[in-house]
Amino acid sequence: MTGGAAPVGIVLVSHSGPVAEAVAAMAAGLAGGGATAPVAAAGGTPDGGLGTSTELIGAAAREVDRGAGVAILVDLGSAVLTVKAMVAEGDELPEGARLVDAPFVEGAVAAVVTASAGADLDAVTAAAGEAYGYRKE
Amino acid sequence: MSDTVLDAAFFVRWMTAAAASVEREAGRLTELDSAIGDADHGNNMQRGFVAVVKVLEADRPEAPGGVLVAAGRQLISSVGGASGPLYGSLLRRSGKALGEAAQVTREELRAGLQAGVDAVAQLGGAAPGDKTMLDALVPAVAALGTSFEEAATAAEEGALATVPMLARKGRASYLGERSIGHQDPGATSSALLFAALAEVAK
Repeated sequence: MTGGAAPVGIVLVSHSGPVAEAVAAMAAGLAGGGATAPVAAAGGTPDGGLGTSTELIGAAAREVDRGAGVAILVDLGSAVLTVKAMVAEGDELPEGARLVDAPFVEGAVAAVVTASAGADLDAVTAAAGEAYGYRKE
Repeated sequence: MSDTVLDAAFFVRWMTAAAASVEREAGRLTELDSAIGDADHGNNMQRGFVAVVKVLEADRPEAPGGVLVAAGRQLISSVGGASGPLYGSLLRRSGKALGEAAQVTREELRAGLQAGVDAVAQLGGAAPGDKTMLDALVPAVAALGTSFEEAATAAEEGALATVPMLARKGRASYLGERSIGHQDPGATSSALLFAALAEVAK
């Protein structure tokens, strides 16, 4: 990380615990050597099933919050709606937590790489969203 | 009935009746959801409303709005599927619209629920005709201007009307034409909510 500023935290919300964990590990791995921005996975339900849990999401957001904001990336369906509802509610997430409109895997890599490089929340959000533009054919 | 005032105890009875109805119909909701969804709607709604009743028993809010806000918050945190944030937003936004008033009229409830339905439409990005819970909620709230009975009937008819619709939102939309011919589980549970309201208003 450049400078002494606190990094943006990244939360990855999937219907599946293993998917969220694996994408978090992959994004941190691809962010390269040195210190990386804090990343936390919030996948599935607390009992290990498929679904979305406000409890896990709230805990993950608090875990990665260093005061520079938290970017939350989601996969689909209830993950999207639950985080949207939590942002609207306002009291379950740390201040400066926001839902980022981005593809889950590609956006997670972009977010962790830029946050690890010291980018602020707006820049992390923009980088993750730009991942929509990487065409594959 | 138009002069009836509804207090917090009425709203707790409504949520309790809704929980009983969801428990009774959980098998049917899951069966409908297994046709066009991921077969968890009954269980999810049951888990959510069990949590709602529990929190209302532990700490009963003094205003109707407070009851709905507490119930909505509980649904968002305990359902686990998309119906959690959707029903949660419906009740929470309705509750916020009712404010701190100790009693509300049916007309005030109608206006509050209208705000809740608008929040659901905004959150899910759906419109009537998309084969979602809105197909029961929108006509029900409109009919609540007439009576609780009419609202329950409109919700039930709205749920039945989703059978020939093509799903445009949620997992069912991936099925395209194959979603036609099945009743929407979310519209069905919305009808249960209004049936419970009519039941406690009798």
